[in-house]
Amino acid sequence: MSFDPVLLARLQFALTISFHILFPTLTIGLGLFLAIVEGLWLRTGRAVYLTLYRFWLRIFALSFGMGVVSGVVLSYQFGTNFARFSEATGNILGPLLGYEVLTAFFLEASFLGVMLFGMNRVPPRLHFAATCIVSVGTMISAFWILAASSWMHTPAGYRLVDGIFYVERWVDVIFNPSFFYRFPHMLLASFLTTSLVVAGISAWHLQDIRTAAVARPAFSLATLALAVLAPLQIVMGDLHGLQVQRDQPMKVAAMEGLWETTAGAPLLLFAWPDAARERNHFEVAIPNMASILLQHDPDGIVRGLKDIPAADRPVVPVVFFSFRIMVGLGFWFLALGALGLLLRWRGTLYGNRPYALACVLSAPLGFVATLAGWIVTETGRQPWIVQGLMRTSEAISDVPARAIVTTLSLFFAVYGTLLLAYLYYLSKLVRQGPDAALAEPADHEPRRTAWM
Amino acid sequence: MGEMLPMDASFWIPLIWAGVLCLGLMLYVILDGFDLGIGILFPWGRNDEERDLMMNSIAPHWDGNETWLVLAGGGLFAAFPKAYGLLMTALYIPILFMLFALVFRGVAFEFRFKAERSRGVWDVAFNLGSVAAAFFQGVVLGAFIQGFEITDGRFTGNVMAWISPFSLMTGFALVCGYALLGACWLALKTDGDLQRWAFHAGQVLLFVVLAWIAMVSIATPFMSAEVARRWFSLPNLLWLMPVPILTAGVAWMLWRALRRQASRAPFVLTITLFALGAFGLAVSLWPYTVPRAYTLWETAAPPESQGFLLIGALPLLPLILGYTAYNYWVFRGKVRPGAGYH
Repeated sequence: MSFDPVLLARLQFALTISFHILFPTLTIGLGLFLAIVEGLWLRTGRAVYLTLYRFWLRIFALSFGMGVVSGVVLSYQFGTNFARFSEATGNILGPLLGYEVLTAFFLEASFLGVMLFGMNRVPPRLHFAATCIVSVGTMISAFWILAASSWMHTPAGYRLVDGIFYVERWVDVIFNPSFFYRFPHMLLASFLTTSLVVAGISAWHLQDIRTAAVARPAFSLATLALAVLAPLQIVMGDLHGLQVQRDQPMKVAAMEGLWETTAGAPLLLFAWPDAARERNHFEVAIPNMASILLQHDPDGIVRGLKDIPAADRPVVPVVFFSFRIMVGLGFWFLALGALGLLLRWRGTLYGNRPYALACVLSAPLGFVATLAGWIVTETGRQPWIVQGLMRTSEAISDVPARAIVTTLSLFFAVYGTLLLAYLYYLSKLVRQGPDAALAEPADHEPRRTAWM
Repeated sequence: MGEMLPMDASFWIPLIWAGVLCLGLMLYVILDGFDLGIGILFPWGRNDEERDLMMNSIAPHWDGNETWLVLAGGGLFAAFPKAYGLLMTALYIPILFMLFALVFRGVAFEFRFKAERSRGVWDVAFNLGSVAAAFFQGVVLGAFIQGFEITDGRFTGNVMAWISPFSLMTGFALVCGYALLGACWLALKTDGDLQRWAFHAGQVLLFVVLAWIAMVSIATPFMSAEVARRWFSLPNLLWLMPVPILTAGVAWMLWRALRRQASRAPFVLTITLFALGAFGLAVSLWPYTVPRAYTLWETAAPPESQGFLLIGALPLLPLILGYTAYNYWVFRGKVRPGAGYH
């Protein structure tokens, strides 16, 4: 049996980066949530906030640990699987990742120690500062990685000589045309995902008299955040879509399942794209809607996939369906947020069981939407690794396919095991509930010993 | 930005970067070395309390320690992209195996304290992960010293070319070296039975490590005539003579410190031993980033890329060292039973 090393390398990278992004998506938002909760505790002195902080800190620690170990893998995977890409773009992407390490990773790692283990060792304000620093660190990290990723979609500020990219202007590289859309889009995705997780787990705890008091402020905060963030994300997504339409029209064509360049293009609610016949089956469409959304003009012209040779097109069904999953979930989150506002206005936010159940069931959906979004954007760029300039097939390492098969199988086994273990311990923490965090062995007397 | 740099920037900036990366790697070996060492020594913890103590002594630090490895990877990618691509290709298997191992031992920190019945599983994961990570790091070092088969800018060797008696030897050597660091860390951070055991283990490990150092030092010049010439030609021999003499001296002091059960000195002396070993390696490997194929200048990113990151790295690295020191200062002193897991 022979394998395609390009496909294998892509699969391995897709697996490791998808697995990794689950955890930062949660910890970026959860870091901010913890900073808010600890701030509230310092301000009000109410014990409920401290209990809440301790409970969510454990989930944060568990998730952060997963993010760290899967992230270390990524810093080497550019080279192990995409060595030609690394050599070609190292001059540009290397320093961006270098800055991520220098400005974010060390900051997060050092102050995470204080955040997790230092509550009895540093004064409360200093501990709060550590929480804030970790939270800011996660966002700085997102800044650099989104700058690097965005550059691959909308390369700018470079000069290409003999297949190697050189920097012309760093400002243009970092603040490339898609960066200002993708960075806030990802931050909002992260905050939304966290709101859903906090709302879902708190909704669960609301049902138990022993944990309800602690769950209430978290549920209130999370559903309010949902109501604010979901519409913001939809607006952000729309703006991002317009930018992609300008910079990567074929990605949009794949998202819309549009084969022919069309004036007054329809919005497909459902279809079965058939790449071989270059047409769709089972179309359910709203006439002119795609043109309205993308051009803000019912008769606007939207470019179709047939504008370019088949070899230069992305795999349409993957982009098409992932996009629908993301957008569909986005509107579900909007409904959930709006419903929360309504219940809050009627004063039944904490008592409505169907709404609580909807929140519990929606807890993991932010991850699904985020992954779907990443799949849209990354597979929508194919067959290019750097849009229009370098093909993915030219980017891989000189490693034989059988070696990649070995490591890919191992990654599946290892990450599968880890994900199960993570979910198991997460569910254990959730079942223990916030009170268990209070029942910690008291350890309050300061332990000041001589230096070492 | 590029045109503002001095004429010989393309000479100096790669050199500075090589220095920064060597220092970063050295810090990694010391810092993650002692915490991997704790994992290697883990099965000798006699009961759950001792193992808890061992793990709690490094729990607030391991993440920061491992970040130096990310800096090494990221820094190599940024400053020497060609070397990064070639080395990761040639070392594909041992690098990925090391990463798998680090994944297992890393998650054990969180999982172990949340587990009850399955605690033993994570004890084993932590131990085996630490041993394997150390071993494959040593193997990578050995394969690096041996050099790589490069033709026309591409790696043309076998995907298993990294396996050799020499690389296996450096693999085992590093496991023992990290275990020694771990024992000295325990001597520093614990007291009572565990500390006494650490002093004892340290003495045994010191002899084992010295034997490995001797073997690697003798074998390395046989790897290439160039290395042999560098160490044994005449003016060099005199300049380099202090290295083995100092090593012997430090080893003797370390032996004494372990015997008299000093709590701080063994850790400091072991670090010195590692630093001397690293200096010896640097002499042998200079100036290659892809040994025997490319020098650091041949693989360097252009000054506008290296310089851009360097401008940030020069103020940021001291800052990082500062708050890393703060982290260690917050958790200073002996680690106590039950020392607040969050």
